Amino acid sequence: MLTAKNKTGLVFFPAFDWAISPTHPEREERLLYTRDQVFEEGLFDIEGITELKADFARAQDVERVHFCIPDVWEVTTESHFISAGGAKTVGMAVLDKQVEKGFALVRPPGHHAMRMVHGARGFCNINIEAVMIEFLRAAYGVDRVAIVDTDCHHGDGTQDIYWHDPDTLFISIHQDGRTLYPGSGFINELGGPNAAGTTINIPLPPSTSEEGFLYTIRNMVLPILDDFKPDLIINSAGQDNHYSDPITNMNFSAQGYAELTSLLKADIAVLEGGYSIEGALPYVNVGIILAMAGIDYSNVKEPDYDPDRIRQSSEVSSYIEDVGEDVMEVWQQREEIKAERQGKKKFDERPRRIYYDTDGITERQNETIRICSDCGGALRIDSSSDRRGRVLAIHIPIKACKACREVGHEWYDSANTENFETVLLQDRPEDVLRVKELRS
Amino acid sequence: MIIGLDVGGTHTDVVLLGNNGLMREIKVTTDSSDLFQTVLGGLEKITEGIEPAEISRVVLSTTLTTNAIVQEKNPQVGMIVSGGPGIDPELFRTNEHYFTVSGCMDHRGRETEPVNESDIRKIADTLKKEKIRNVGIVGKFSARNPAHELRIYEIIKDSFGKVFFGHQVSGHLNFPRRIATTYLNATVRPIHKEFFEAVRKSLEEKGLTVPIHILKADGGTMSLESSIDFPGQSILSGPAASVMGAIGFATDKDDALVLDIGGTTTDIALLVKGVPVLEPLGIRLGNYKTLIRSLKTRSIGLGGDSVVRVKDGKLEVGPDRVGPAMAYGGTFPTPTDALFVLRMVEDGDREKSVKGIETIAKALDMSSETVASHIFDHVCGKILTEARDMTDRINSKPVYTVHELQEGYQVKPKEILVLGGPAPYFAERFEALSDFSVSVVPRWKVANAIGAALARTTCEVTLFADTQQGIAASPEENFSETVDKNFSKEKAIRKADELLKQKALQSGAASIDDLETEVIEDLEFNMVHGFYTAGKNIRVKVQVKPGLIFDAGCLLDA
Repeated sequence: MLTAKNKTGLVFFPAFDWAISPTHPEREERLLYTRDQVFEEGLFDIEGITELKADFARAQDVERVHFCIPDVWEVTTESHFISAGGAKTVGMAVLDKQVEKGFALVRPPGHHAMRMVHGARGFCNINIEAVMIEFLRAAYGVDRVAIVDTDCHHGDGTQDIYWHDPDTLFISIHQDGRTLYPGSGFINELGGPNAAGTTINIPLPPSTSEEGFLYTIRNMVLPILDDFKPDLIINSAGQDNHYSDPITNMNFSAQGYAELTSLLKADIAVLEGGYSIEGALPYVNVGIILAMAGIDYSNVKEPDYDPDRIRQSSEVSSYIEDVGEDVMEVWQQREEIKAERQGKKKFDERPRRIYYDTDGITERQNETIRICSDCGGALRIDSSSDRRGRVLAIHIPIKACKACREVGHEWYDSANTENFETVLLQDRPEDVLRVKELRS
Repeated sequence: MIIGLDVGGTHTDVVLLGNNGLMREIKVTTDSSDLFQTVLGGLEKITEGIEPAEISRVVLSTTLTTNAIVQEKNPQVGMIVSGGPGIDPELFRTNEHYFTVSGCMDHRGRETEPVNESDIRKIADTLKKEKIRNVGIVGKFSARNPAHELRIYEIIKDSFGKVFFGHQVSGHLNFPRRIATTYLNATVRPIHKEFFEAVRKSLEEKGLTVPIHILKADGGTMSLESSIDFPGQSILSGPAASVMGAIGFATDKDDALVLDIGGTTTDIALLVKGVPVLEPLGIRLGNYKTLIRSLKTRSIGLGGDSVVRVKDGKLEVGPDRVGPAMAYGGTFPTPTDALFVLRMVEDGDREKSVKGIETIAKALDMSSETVASHIFDHVCGKILTEARDMTDRINSKPVYTVHELQEGYQVKPKEILVLGGPAPYFAERFEALSDFSVSVVPRWKVANAIGAALARTTCEVTLFADTQQGIAASPEENFSETVDKNFSKEKAIRKADELLKQKALQSGAASIDDLETEVIEDLEFNMVHGFYTAGKNIRVKVQVKPGLIFDAGCLLDA
């Protein structure tokens, strides 16, 4: 009888009754053929593969990560609570040692959702990986986490949430931002002053194929993971690098995804994007599940798979080698870069304008971080959008030092009643969200 | 009059039901080496002095095919399996003459690789040389499009006896189970056919030319004739017989547990508002996970004859049985002996029971009476724990829509129905140990045979439609028609319902009037290509619910 080498838990939640809009890529049909393939392969019958029922995430789980404007209920639907909850279910099963590996095959996705949430960006409302990770930190005391985002689009939401966190390594491998949404994810985006180097962006050229992706994993991702020594590795498993994906320009395959999965050895994978719902997803997902479970995947191929047709050019290969050199140089010099960025400053500021493409909202932010060598630093975000008034959001990191805690509280207590509609404090050491509504 | 017969491991129960309820009940010893004599003997005995013309229906639940599979005594068959991309189909090998071939369909039933006909001819030659008679043909996604299975059949049909198709065993998508189920059907066919044709012949010789039905694991029946092509459906019908014997006495307002206390095992089943819960895909027998529709039952190694022993200073009961209780001449103390010690049962040699229980009492340094009641509580407590576990597992079954997750029905049994030999003693104890309201199924000793006698014909139909390809099909029912863009889920349900009623009649239902049908899946998706709707993808599943052909209440007065 077929047995999994690694006990693997799956949450499969295709949300067959939820869509952004009827013909949107993020629609009911998206995981239909994946379900067909997963069922027909009999994956849930394999000894050692367990299907888990998704839990609902709670509002508290979302508020641990996000500042939702005006509140959690306004920017989410039930389906978001289930997809985040599904990731959480898988995370718990792994941490409880019920399974060795877990895969949350859920929708809608989350990696474009940033810390501030005024609406949906890139089909994402809440960051389901971050909701899971911060729950696992609060409930199980997990410390160092690495997220490897293999979606074709830059994981700008996850990057934003962990920009200042030196204990979370965020690596995003994606199609170069000059050629694809969201237009970010360049090598010089390497984290805030207190966490410089723990954000790694690996922009790959269009037409990158199996060779290039696996080169990236072997020569960049794995050495960096070896250095960082995470307690937990999460794969944001987007599947839109596939050669048949309608909204991207890469040439990856089911075989490639499966091999990537077995090289990466992530503890938990969470589905992100991937919109070639017939030609790619059924095969890619079966490949990923088999690779996680340690079962032979060599026969998992798309019906029209032809490695010669999708092979990358030598220009692409040498371009990727150059990217690799730059990425590794930044990684090796991360301490120096951090010292230089911190300088003698007490605070650092970052003004930004963020566009929520799915909902058509523009947000202006001014971010202030306390420069700190002992923790991620107290963070203050002054945010306003073209839909609502000004909000002040303060984040005290879970491992905040005493000084940063005091600064965070001081910011909250002294927030000017005239200027802000709402003042929020994410007090992570206390695991609470405090809210002041200043105008009645 | 109706006859119900249920072959058990130790005893075979036979009942005769008439207009006024239960007329006769008998128990005969099961001779597993000669089930034919057991069945025929039981039928002869129950009909003694009865005019053959008065009998209108016979329902048989036997262990024939189950035993044949477990004992691996079946003739060799050939399996031709086409996989396509995915897990290597070689890993699902069922038997020696198992051949994987090229040819592939995708999830929408579109051909992505053709069948290689010369390969098939070569395999046919090999199978002929090996003197293989029956063959199974299974393709991946054949439940969506059986064309490849049918093509292979066309090539080999003249060389073999009976050919079994994967697409006919079920509409469910599960390739490994489709392979296993097709194999089981092919391999048990000769023994099943020979046995039941012999039963029919013997009954005919006695003037009994009535419809014979076979009980299935899903608690429904099929006619002997239709069972010949799907003999695998007759495996593991025993637990289903018991559940069907109990459902007539369950309320349709609340959920209930059914506990069948046997000698070696206790079978647990769940009723949701009077209707038994089914396995989502099919039953498992040994290493075979199948697509054979089945009630969800859980069998635990605890019964009246389970061996009681002390291990590391702790009381242990089961899971083994070594003969009957000491009171009936056995060699090891059992829970039944505990009942003797407690003077709850009297019809055996109490002295022997006392002797057996005393050895346990000494080891635990307690009095015999205390130990006896400990043993009894231990068994009852463990059964209740397992029953609660089973309920939890059913409630944690994943669902795939926001609606289902929000509205998710949680099974909450309030009542326990107990049957099997020692049912009354156990029922009393279950009630004392739990919050359930507990009742004993009337005629608890033969309720299983009554269940078999009264079970209605059940079946299931899966239909899918793809309006982009312009087809609606149910390969399992050999049905396929072209449809236009306006084909809808409602139309699909109507069509499926029609096919279901037709199938029920073909499988032996007397009429379509008393069939309780229901829709168990209805999904409709817009298929979008490049931001435009290209068609609809519709999936529908309907079933005849397991149930009884008439109210079992009349048995109470008989």
